[in-house]
Amino acid sequence: MFYRENGQFKTSYRADQQIFAITQDRIAIVLLIAAAFLVVPMVTSEYMFRAILIPFVIMSLAALGVNILVGYCGQISLGSGAFMAVGAYAAFNFFVRVPGMPLLLALLLGGVCASVFGILFGLPSLRVKGLYLAVATLAAQFFSDWMFLRIKWFTNDAPSGSVQVSDLQVFGMPIASPISKYLFCLTVLVVLALACKNLVRSAIGREWMAIRDMDVAAAVIGIRPMYAKLTAFAVSSFIVGVAGAMWGFVHLSAWEPAAFSVDISFKLLFMVIIGGMGSIMGSFFGAAFIVVLPIFLNQFLPFVGNLVGVEISTSGISHTELIIFGALIVWFLIVEPHGLAKLWSTGKQKLRLWPFPH
Amino acid sequence: MKVKHIALAALMAAVGASTFAQPKEQFFPGLPYRTGAYAPNGVPWANGYADYLKLVNARGGINGVKIIYEECETGYATDRGVECYERLKGKHGGATVFQPLSTGITFALTEKAPVDKIPLITAGYGRSESQDGTVFKWNFPLVGSYWLAADALVQTIAKKEGGLDKLKGKKLALVYHDSPYGKEPIALLQERAAMHGFSLQLLPVAHPGVEQKATWLQIRQARPDYVFLWGWGVMNSTSLKEAQATGYPREKMYGVWWSGAEPDVKDVGEGAKGYNAVTLQHGAEPNSKVVKEILEKVHAKGQGTGPKEEVGQVLYMRGALSAMLAVEGVRKAQERYGKGKWVSGEQARWGYENLDLTQKKLDALGFAGVMRPVSTSCADHMGANWARIHTWDGKKWNFTSDWLQADEQVLKPLVKKTAAKYAADKKLTPRTPADCQS
Repeated sequence: MFYRENGQFKTSYRADQQIFAITQDRIAIVLLIAAAFLVVPMVTSEYMFRAILIPFVIMSLAALGVNILVGYCGQISLGSGAFMAVGAYAAFNFFVRVPGMPLLLALLLGGVCASVFGILFGLPSLRVKGLYLAVATLAAQFFSDWMFLRIKWFTNDAPSGSVQVSDLQVFGMPIASPISKYLFCLTVLVVLALACKNLVRSAIGREWMAIRDMDVAAAVIGIRPMYAKLTAFAVSSFIVGVAGAMWGFVHLSAWEPAAFSVDISFKLLFMVIIGGMGSIMGSFFGAAFIVVLPIFLNQFLPFVGNLVGVEISTSGISHTELIIFGALIVWFLIVEPHGLAKLWSTGKQKLRLWPFPH
Repeated sequence: MKVKHIALAALMAAVGASTFAQPKEQFFPGLPYRTGAYAPNGVPWANGYADYLKLVNARGGINGVKIIYEECETGYATDRGVECYERLKGKHGGATVFQPLSTGITFALTEKAPVDKIPLITAGYGRSESQDGTVFKWNFPLVGSYWLAADALVQTIAKKEGGLDKLKGKKLALVYHDSPYGKEPIALLQERAAMHGFSLQLLPVAHPGVEQKATWLQIRQARPDYVFLWGWGVMNSTSLKEAQATGYPREKMYGVWWSGAEPDVKDVGEGAKGYNAVTLQHGAEPNSKVVKEILEKVHAKGQGTGPKEEVGQVLYMRGALSAMLAVEGVRKAQERYGKGKWVSGEQARWGYENLDLTQKKLDALGFAGVMRPVSTSCADHMGANWARIHTWDGKKWNFTSDWLQADEQVLKPLVKKTAAKYAADKKLTPRTPADCQS
């Protein structure tokens, strides 16, 4: 009753092919984006921006990239941290070594480098599948760890291997205040997310999904597995690489290779699994779950402790946070193995039928 | 949210005449790691830090200004450290100073400190080149840096061999934690290697450092004359066990101060006998006056942080000393900006830059015999370049050397050069003498 798509007739191809074909979806998305751009900057504090919103936005973008590969094309990857690292260090090198390099171009070139790196490490996917591919992509992670620790050229010969950037600006506007950083990240996210949303319904997106569902059958109907898999690796690594560059440039502003360790690869994979494989929306849910929930628990627990008059020690909070976080992951996977995005679509279905469910 | 703020502001304006009253209490945030791979070393440090601040309150505060202390667990992770920094920096009227106890977090906060105008004390760690206060206005590697530690170690082995010229042809191996922290001493050691003609073998160990078989096989083959250990947490005890297994003499092993505390050698016990480590001034000081005072005024009242037995251990003392430096900077700043008044982070920075802890002041604080006088300036944010060596006898750490002073002839050009490169990369202009005066 609240959510009805029947009765909306499309009279032109144009209307039928728009990204959000259902009126209320379109309105909701426009409102959401407008709120993110206009309302959020007015009501949030600096802490919210720097510690929660900016990491959330960047990690959503990274999860989106991983979702293309894992969720849409079915190629399990544990090398996402490496793709982020390549994006960040490549962007750094372009930014520092080329005089007058604009920030946006450096980020995109970082993404392109990550894309090339992704194709290279995606080659084994033509032969190995499933869990074996996860192990093969783990090699990318270790290779990048080694590369950025050992090859001094990549870190601009910094004695300790840690690099930093400053003086960021886009079209003459400095990216220094938390609001400008947030808006910058959000813009990149919105553009890339809409592009992805569009891409996954295109011919190439359908090829990815066909490969995911059954690669032999897909090959039989004329989809080239090599082309489909490698394009998925390329697109996914590009997005992950741009996210990595933003993580380094905008969020950390000084980083070391450990910032893109295997931990990040695992986190990104969990974001996709918990959020929902093969769902753009799910990437956002997953990122929120993994990025925001631990911080929320970390602050909520002492608050609860104070209410009942107990002072929990710092390590106690930290341990409880991990326990609750782990338990929640298990609980969610049991009640909703298809991820948080599935909950969302179940909710939509309920709204559709209410008040007369069959 | 907004409405609530306005309502709150209106309420405050109605109630108090002085709405812009300064906070009455000085806020010291803490970024410890009591969990994770490095917790065994992080916990005693954090306990010492917290206990000393409690002691200051028990003594009556900083000229009457009480201290509030609040922790936020980082787990040694850079991104959580940044989150904690953002969370704590504005609380209770604004943070006075941050001490991250992690090289990774230090690097990230170095970029944020000048913007937020909060000083950063990295007592004995962090960027060695941040000693140059003309470039690093907000960083204070007080009483020592990695380069100082490495220099002291080279001098120690030179003394053992009978002079710096005797180092020619010797083989030195550096077993280091493969991170910015572990790589810090390389620049200085290479400089020294070129000066004196000894060879330097670099042996990185991946985080967290429990897998070192290959590293020690290399040592077994190369048989270096000395091994320097630049590890942290579980890596240290693993190194010592591997040294024991390969039969490398522990007497020829020298660790940095991060590798020279009780948690590093306790598990190895007798096996670590003879192992040496450089200390930036203090070691384990269970008999010092300040420890007795902490036991009496804090622990005896049941307010102690952590177990009583650990009070006075090496890392505990490091925490207490770090807290003392943080507090004394504020006291110094109060001399200029108003005694018995709250000082902002920016004012505290002036205090750290003009720190002048004489022997008399240290004695009064209970740090007699623990450390030497410290005096900082705009050009020198380190304040003291002394170190000592202590050796594990199977049960406790004992000092086995006199005071060692780092060679400024070696250190200074390196600091200048690296700081200048940082400034050039960041397009910073170093502070002018006029700015230094302010």
